[in-house]
Amino acid sequence: MRDFPLFPDQASTFATQVDQLYFFLVALSLIFAGVLPFVILYLIVRYHRSQKVDRSNPVNSNLKLELTWTIIPLILVMLVFFWGAFLYVQIRTPPMRTLDVYVIGKQWMWHVQHPNGKRENNELHVPIGQPVKLIMTSQDVIHSFYIPAFRVKQDVLPGRYTVMWFQATKPGEYHLFCAEYCGTEHSLMIGRVVALPLADYERWLATPGPVILPDGSIDTGRPTVVASPGDPMAAAGAQLFTNLGCAGCHAMAGGGVGPSLKGLYGATEKLNDGSTVTADENYLRESILNPNAKIVAGYAPVMPSYQGQISEDQLNQLIAYIKSLADTGN
Amino acid sequence: MATLSLPQSSYIRDNSRTFTEWLKSWLLTVDHKRIAILYLLSINFFFLLGGLAATLVRVELITPQGDLMSSDVYNRAFTLHGVIMVFFFLIPSIPAVLGNFLVPLMIGARDLAFPRLNLLSWYLYMIGGLFALIAAVFGGVDTGWTFYTPFSSTYSNSNVVMTITGAFIMGFSSILTGLNFIVTIHKMRAPGLTWFRLPLFIWANYATSIIQILATPVLGIALLLVVVERLWGVGIYDPALGGDPLLFQHLFWFYSHPAVYIMILPAMGVISELISTFSRKRIFGYEFIAFSSIAIAILGFLVWGHHMFVSSQSVYAGLIFSFITMLVAIPSAIKVFNWTATLYKGSISYRTPMLYALGFIGLFVIGGLTGIFLGVTAVDLHVTDTYFVVAHFHYVMVGGTIMAYLGGIHFWWPKMTGRMYNETWGSIAALIIFVGFNMTFFPQFILGYLGMPRRYHVYPPEFQVLHVMSTAGASILAIGFIVPLIYLGISLRKGRIAGDNPWGATGLEWKTSSPPPTYNFDKTPIVTEEAYAYPPEAAERDAASWRPGSPL
Amino acid sequence: MATITHEEAHVHVHGPELQHQFETPEQQKEAATLGMWAFLVTEIMLFGGIFMAYIVYRWAFPEAWEEAAAMLNTPLAAVNTVVLLVSSLTVALAVNAAEEGNKRRLLTMLVLTMILGLTFLLIKGYEYSEKFAHCAGAKDPISWITGSDLHESHECLVPGRNFMFPSEHGATSSGHGHGAAKTGLMQSGHQLFFFLYFCATGLHAIHMIIGLGVMSTITVMALRNTFSPTYYTPVEIGGLYWHLIDIIWVFLFPLFYLV
Repeated sequence: MRDFPLFPDQASTFATQVDQLYFFLVALSLIFAGVLPFVILYLIVRYHRSQKVDRSNPVNSNLKLELTWTIIPLILVMLVFFWGAFLYVQIRTPPMRTLDVYVIGKQWMWHVQHPNGKRENNELHVPIGQPVKLIMTSQDVIHSFYIPAFRVKQDVLPGRYTVMWFQATKPGEYHLFCAEYCGTEHSLMIGRVVALPLADYERWLATPGPVILPDGSIDTGRPTVVASPGDPMAAAGAQLFTNLGCAGCHAMAGGGVGPSLKGLYGATEKLNDGSTVTADENYLRESILNPNAKIVAGYAPVMPSYQGQISEDQLNQLIAYIKSLADTGN
Repeated sequence: MATLSLPQSSYIRDNSRTFTEWLKSWLLTVDHKRIAILYLLSINFFFLLGGLAATLVRVELITPQGDLMSSDVYNRAFTLHGVIMVFFFLIPSIPAVLGNFLVPLMIGARDLAFPRLNLLSWYLYMIGGLFALIAAVFGGVDTGWTFYTPFSSTYSNSNVVMTITGAFIMGFSSILTGLNFIVTIHKMRAPGLTWFRLPLFIWANYATSIIQILATPVLGIALLLVVVERLWGVGIYDPALGGDPLLFQHLFWFYSHPAVYIMILPAMGVISELISTFSRKRIFGYEFIAFSSIAIAILGFLVWGHHMFVSSQSVYAGLIFSFITMLVAIPSAIKVFNWTATLYKGSISYRTPMLYALGFIGLFVIGGLTGIFLGVTAVDLHVTDTYFVVAHFHYVMVGGTIMAYLGGIHFWWPKMTGRMYNETWGSIAALIIFVGFNMTFFPQFILGYLGMPRRYHVYPPEFQVLHVMSTAGASILAIGFIVPLIYLGISLRKGRIAGDNPWGATGLEWKTSSPPPTYNFDKTPIVTEEAYAYPPEAAERDAASWRPGSPL
Repeated sequence: MATITHEEAHVHVHGPELQHQFETPEQQKEAATLGMWAFLVTEIMLFGGIFMAYIVYRWAFPEAWEEAAAMLNTPLAAVNTVVLLVSSLTVALAVNAAEEGNKRRLLTMLVLTMILGLTFLLIKGYEYSEKFAHCAGAKDPISWITGSDLHESHECLVPGRNFMFPSEHGATSSGHGHGAAKTGLMQSGHQLFFFLYFCATGLHAIHMIIGLGVMSTITVMALRNTFSPTYYTPVEIGGLYWHLIDIIWVFLFPLFYLV
């Protein structure tokens, strides 16, 4: 039935969970949409004007009946609401330890960079049995990263990061779609997701291959081969951190003009207006591009903006680096 | 029966001697009934135009490759379809045509409170439509009817400004109609016509009008800001300029979700009238249906965020919007159950309007239930922006609004024109539409759950079978829409004279002649009873009078 | 024909100002008033969209907001606020005069209201032209019009390509060695503020111009003796509209000038 499927592949941990809820909803719908037409059919045949049946004492309202068909549907929709809500929170909350993959959407292609710096276009290789987190942004309009077989979808916005996570369960090739209309070639902004066993994934990561970067230049695609995934991208970020002179203020030991970035990622920062903020990707991004939006308590708003001076790509590397500083802190 | 003839004087007849005089008497009329006819003609014109665009889209989708047209043409076709159908057909359809014709008649008034404003509404509608047409002729627009930023405000190279201006002007037409209805329903009711004696169609239009005056200006300002960003490059929505693209989505859906209820509430009002009339019974649970309209109107303002579950809106916001969305299901369900209960112990006839009403219930139930799928956050993540959504809103908008619109047109046609149409052809057309509609849109639910994204010009080949089914259904649906045009047209000259009350219905509109005189009633009626005041034994009496050979 | 006799009888019984669709003058008056109220609700929702954008961006750019607001001419706006509040009073007095049938006082109050409205627009226009003059490199509108004393512009608060927020007003621009870095988003924040400022006050000014049109119409009607103590609905709903213009300004003033 490959040529004429009626149901999508189930290839992530979410797929079975979402499908269970879906089937429950289908069952509920069948009870209503399947039974109600027969009730109506029965009524319109039995009480057709040609039928001589008892029509005495018709009723015009009945409070008990009204309450029944108010309360029963209410209970049912509340049931599906809570079921859906628990699942939704789970889908929207990535676990602590994930494989972080950076995604950039542009008209009309997807650009992906893996933790070791390996890049690919319109394809996403992921290991199975591992939680994978996509950290996504767009260079132009709104796109949406959609993998039907995983039952996940997340809009990809310009000017900020959105995050999506999943854990693939079945090796194979699956559709990757852009689900938010993004212009002329929207329907060609597609690709495939390749789910591989971890060993194959790591072998794939180490294979070089040239790739076109989002800015149009061509990368030789020779990934830095290192022991633990997560380092090379951060290494590139560390290089950038030095080149841009960030270290001048953000001294690792603290005491600089700016706060130390060690152990920053994931921590709760106290700001000078008394409020607090969780240092997630979006906060880091904002602090680089628009440093004065949120000032950490005890520091002066002196950092310059890097808006327009670094690419989305470089921004991703810087953030990978700052995140790696949190890991060493643990 | 032979004694029946059209009344000597009616709103259609006039004393104009020349063609110019006649034309002027229509184009400068302030008679709500004539304005309704003007709307009927112009709205149906836009419906055909939107249908034509839909045909292009469906034909293109027969094959997975984009072989009939380029992706730019395809994008323009579905945008034209969306813009025309939503802004120039669905939103004005029932309020502007049936509402305009019936609100004063049903409440025993001589006209709407502001007749000249009413004419202005029609002109605004036409000017807005003209802008949209000009935009379409000179290159079209490719943003989708939702005009999402920053694509619409910065990136699209099409006639966005022109189209938005059209939608903006049409918005004012909608606001003025709503304002007119609110004042009319509040202040112009005939003596004795208390709120709880009003026909449910009036309640539905009242709820709709409230949405129109509250939500439409917000859309206006949201669209205006898109135009400003496009023309002057000021960053309201484009993050590259410091704006926030989600602000547009919030403002847009703050209007456009309630706008969905602008489309469906009047349809529900029509169905209440039809079910009651063709069951010869007072509607079951009158107050519950009336208040459920108001409840839908109010809750409708609080659920716009359910269009944005995957937009990076916070999890908490998503849950709140999901919760309130679940609550909207309840008043909708209440209506369906009450309509069904009305049938019990009625004397039911299968006349054409009733067929549309029954079809409406069936399709609306499916549309409503799949709405719950989409309101449940976890499932929505998978099916939003796919054909599941497309199928869902077509079930509500086409299966709901258009079925009710056609049902209403057939029901009040004798009142509007004074003549009956061919009943057999009426039933056949209703059946064709019902079958064609389901064939078109049911496969799309399956496509959607498979993951077929909407607005795709080319698609993976494994989806082709379902797409071909859908297109086949669409051709049947198209035939179903053309047939009524023919027999209704014929009825204008050849139709049997209807008489004042061909359906034996209650309601003030049936107490005056068909077609009604210019000022509706020779004497202001005084109302002494509830709406749908069929005596308890009405159904029984009606059934007793049935003889073989009478209409079914 | 039946309908015509009906219409004739209708006109005969009541005054000529009663339109055909109404039964009684009271009904007509109530309908007009309710219609105006519904319209005012719509207007508030129209401005509501701008207020929503204001809230979003103020929250996003708190500092830019503060700095930008300091660049507006608050004393002029304060004078304008007083002007509008007084005009609200004169409109209320006009309605009162119409109710009592005092044509002289009605006319006086209407003219006063229009003068105050015009004053408001003139002051507003001066404020706007100041901003445009600065873009052209002039010190004030007068030297801008006469074309004298032009120099290189270093401030342009009119949103668009030439928008330039003077750097000395930025509290944070004096970084250490990164002088030119205060670009990008901060500048966008300032521009957004001025954009919303021009949008909101411009929309308000358009309403003011319409309001003046309404008042002149009512004045002409008053001169033609259209009104009587039993029929002065136009004065009343015109007054309602005027009050709306005032109320919207009362919101705009603190939001933009006082922050």
